[in-house]
Amino acid sequence: MTPYRFWPVLVWLFGLLVAFGISLMAGPQWSGPLTVWHALWSSSPGDINELLIRTTRLPRALTAMAVGASLGVAGGIMQTLTRNSLASPGLLGINAGGLFVVVSLTTLAGSLPGWVGSFGAIGGAAVAAAVVWGIAMRRRDEAGPLRLILAGAALTALFNAFSQALLVIDQQGLDSVLFWLAGSVSARPLAQTWPLMLLIVAAVLGCGPCLRQWNVLAAGEAVAVGAGVAIRRLQGVSILLVVSLAGAAVAMAGNIAFVGLIVPHLARRLAGADHRRWLPMAGLIGATLLILADVAARTLIAPREVPIGVMTALIGVPFFIGLIRREGSRGG
Amino acid sequence: MGEWRAIRLIGWSRAIVWRSWWWVILAWMVAALVLMICLGWGSVPLSPGKLTAALIAPTSDLGLIVWQLRLPRTLLGALVGGALALSGWLLQQIMRNALASPDTLGVTSGASAAAVSYFAFLAADFGTGGVPLAAASGAIVAVAIVYLMAWQQGATPVRLILTGIGLSVLMAAITTFVLASSPLSTTLSAYVWLTGSVYGGNWSDVSRMALCCFLGGIAIVPLLRFALLAPLDDALATGIGVRVQLTRALLTLLAAGLAGIAVAWGGAMAFVGLVAPHLARRLIRDPGAAQPVMAVLVGAIMVMMADLAGRTLFSPLDLPAGIFVAAVGAPFFLTLLIRQAS
Repeated sequence: MTPYRFWPVLVWLFGLLVAFGISLMAGPQWSGPLTVWHALWSSSPGDINELLIRTTRLPRALTAMAVGASLGVAGGIMQTLTRNSLASPGLLGINAGGLFVVVSLTTLAGSLPGWVGSFGAIGGAAVAAAVVWGIAMRRRDEAGPLRLILAGAALTALFNAFSQALLVIDQQGLDSVLFWLAGSVSARPLAQTWPLMLLIVAAVLGCGPCLRQWNVLAAGEAVAVGAGVAIRRLQGVSILLVVSLAGAAVAMAGNIAFVGLIVPHLARRLAGADHRRWLPMAGLIGATLLILADVAARTLIAPREVPIGVMTALIGVPFFIGLIRREGSRGG
Repeated sequence: MGEWRAIRLIGWSRAIVWRSWWWVILAWMVAALVLMICLGWGSVPLSPGKLTAALIAPTSDLGLIVWQLRLPRTLLGALVGGALALSGWLLQQIMRNALASPDTLGVTSGASAAAVSYFAFLAADFGTGGVPLAAASGAIVAVAIVYLMAWQQGATPVRLILTGIGLSVLMAAITTFVLASSPLSTTLSAYVWLTGSVYGGNWSDVSRMALCCFLGGIAIVPLLRFALLAPLDDALATGIGVRVQLTRALLTLLAAGLAGIAVAWGGAMAFVGLVAPHLARRLIRDPGAAQPVMAVLVGAIMVMMADLAGRTLFSPLDLPAGIFVAAVGAPFFLTLLIRQAS
């Protein structure tokens, strides 16, 4: 084993800080670094700009950071677990499952306390993950990536059809949910999201003990069993982690596509195949990417906003297609 | 009378497999029966006797319900289902993959994105008459993009489908964006339509859709011979004098156009184009012209029944048919995936 190198992580940590700073400055009216500094540390109560930074931009940047990190890590775990480089929470229907539960809770039960919706999203994600996993487990060596992705697409279509049914019935709910269906990190006060943030932090920390075992699992299931990994337990724990991460992300920001797919690939390219290196990296890259995507989403056609899910799809689809082409030329 | 019989005219010959055509006739009868049930059932239920009376007298009260409300809507559903099924059948033949369909190749989502954008940006100036054109061109553009993106010294079916799924996510994102940024009234009508609904179909819709389908169907006839051969080796088709690449491109365009037309009038009805050809292939094993006919009938029956369920099960609510198609189609598709060997 080569010694753990810290500098790439440090570089990205710095990058994340810069992105965070940009996100606090960006908006229809850009504020300078000094204003941001004052807003955070020595605020003067009357200043409207500083108030804006503290109450709107800061929660937003934090949400984007948490969601991006959790999607990146969740995608990474899924890719290791299914040994499929196209696996990700968005494509495999896990996001759609979470969304469906949230939509049904908001339309059927009306006003609920926020945490019910959040944990509902996690429950929906869990159901979708169970179905996809059930399909992936059967005859897993034959069809390669296609079967899993198609199962995910079918599951997504099914959940979306049900969500749409509910929204067609309850048309008042539609307007409030629609922007969020497209993915959005806006208007999430910290008072509501902190339990989810805690969950994400806990899940990310929970990855720690698994990293070594994932390294072994990546070499193949038989190898992992031979090396003494309790494989069923590892799979169970991994799915639990994926579900909490992806579910919390959906509960906070709705349907954000392709972050979970792209980020692990970038991380592996930068940090190599060792999970202990690239998985933390995936979290950092995911956070940075989503913060930057959010900045782009709200400045590109200001004063209006592009839903952040559209931004990530615009970035992600070309990447996805490139990935397919590369896999194809390897004969996979 | 044996299993099959050859019919020969001067330069033309066909093998007629009796069993297949019996199935087709049976399917016609089922379709007619479903049509009758759709006409008779609703918020005003009609007994068979009353339905006959209403059909004979189109100007009576009941006659108006049947002739002006239920019949056009049901026929529109049948046409939408048939067009989607035919499009799916063609794509599955050409791609040589049972999982190809207008949905998985991104065709329906391309058409939806184009149609919703038309609703939002152009309908105010040009009226809603251009929606079919927009949807069909969206579908064709989508299929062209998928082909180009997946092309790498030829396009393998797996790559085409994966690319299609990626593109359809992008198109769905664009659709949601357009919906979220347009006024609520547009959003609502577009959203119902997007789920797949033949709500409010009238005779002018039916006649225009029927015309489009008829033209599409006619265009397929000369190419049908290749469509039937397409799952076999290309060399075979070349051997009997078919220009393979050209015909394949034409058929793909036609399939995309058909799906686009269906989306224009029926919205993004998922899974019909995938499930109907499958059922048809399971019922009719011989690779003759009976198969596409059967697929069309199955598709029509599916959508008619889904629409019936949508308007009666939760009445007085009128739910989009697409919900029910998806509720049946998605589990079917998942079991298919689990079972399929490769």
